[in-house]
Amino acid sequence: MLRDSRDSFAARWLPHPVLSIVLTAMWVLLLNSVTVGGVLLGIALGVVIPAITIRFWPRRPPLRSYRKVAAYVLLVMWDILVANVHVAWLILFRPVSKLRTRWVCVPLDLESPEAITVFAGTITMTPGTVSCDLAADGRCLLVHCLDAPDAELAVQEMKARYEARLKEIFQ
Amino acid sequence: MSIYYEALVSLLIVAGSVFVLVGSWGLIKLPDLLRRLHAPTKATTAGVGGTLVGSMVYFFALKGGPSMHELLITLFLFLTAPITAHFIAKAYLHFHVDPAAALPPTSGEHGWSTFDALPEQRNARPSEPTDGR
Repeated sequence: MLRDSRDSFAARWLPHPVLSIVLTAMWVLLLNSVTVGGVLLGIALGVVIPAITIRFWPRRPPLRSYRKVAAYVLLVMWDILVANVHVAWLILFRPVSKLRTRWVCVPLDLESPEAITVFAGTITMTPGTVSCDLAADGRCLLVHCLDAPDAELAVQEMKARYEARLKEIFQ
Repeated sequence: MSIYYEALVSLLIVAGSVFVLVGSWGLIKLPDLLRRLHAPTKATTAGVGGTLVGSMVYFFALKGGPSMHELLITLFLFLTAPITAHFIAKAYLHFHVDPAAALPPTSGEHGWSTFDALPEQRNARPSEPTDGR
């Protein structure tokens, strides 16, 4: 009986504990100094914002491993760096007529909307690719490539490099 | 602040600025919107990133403690940049792209969501007036 009421209390006031912690930490970081008032206001925001936005995440896929998330973030950071140099090179030294710009369709193995969102965001942030649209049934992603000599190869690379890792994280 | 820190900060800021400059040049050089979209979303992440890391090093050397604002700016940038690019691309698709002629087919039987809906949603949509009015 007591346990039930405690569970419902937690479910009611802290529906998303990780988000609450992130929001509180973010508020303290924004202040750039640790004060009692700042931490208290951060905690208040960490309680109120998840409670207000609970309807936006009806299902929350659990993350399999935070170590893999960290590895993924580092990989994407590195790829973004490489992407910047590569795209800068294309912009500076490749005549526009020699850019092999094309659309590609990337079939998705990922199923949860959260995983697909992260995948699409990653594609947009990395080498010469922008994800533009999703199929109506959510089974493939429309990607615009600035310079892709081989469409099939570009798709395989995106799937192997990012989607396979996201599958390990989300599914 | 020692000369080494100053050299490092200068290097980071100059490197970042070069990327921003190249991104802006890309905006001028590339002919159509979708290709222009590549220039700022990419070349600018390194530009802003370089400048922010330079700022972190500067405040670390000046105050001795780490400064975390820059990490937050990076985080917010990474959350918002893909969404902005996605909206711009979608608006462009609506106005300028013929899905049948220009886009590759989807792997399934449904079209791209900008132009098509699932069958049940298609039926749920109010039917367009065919005559009169």
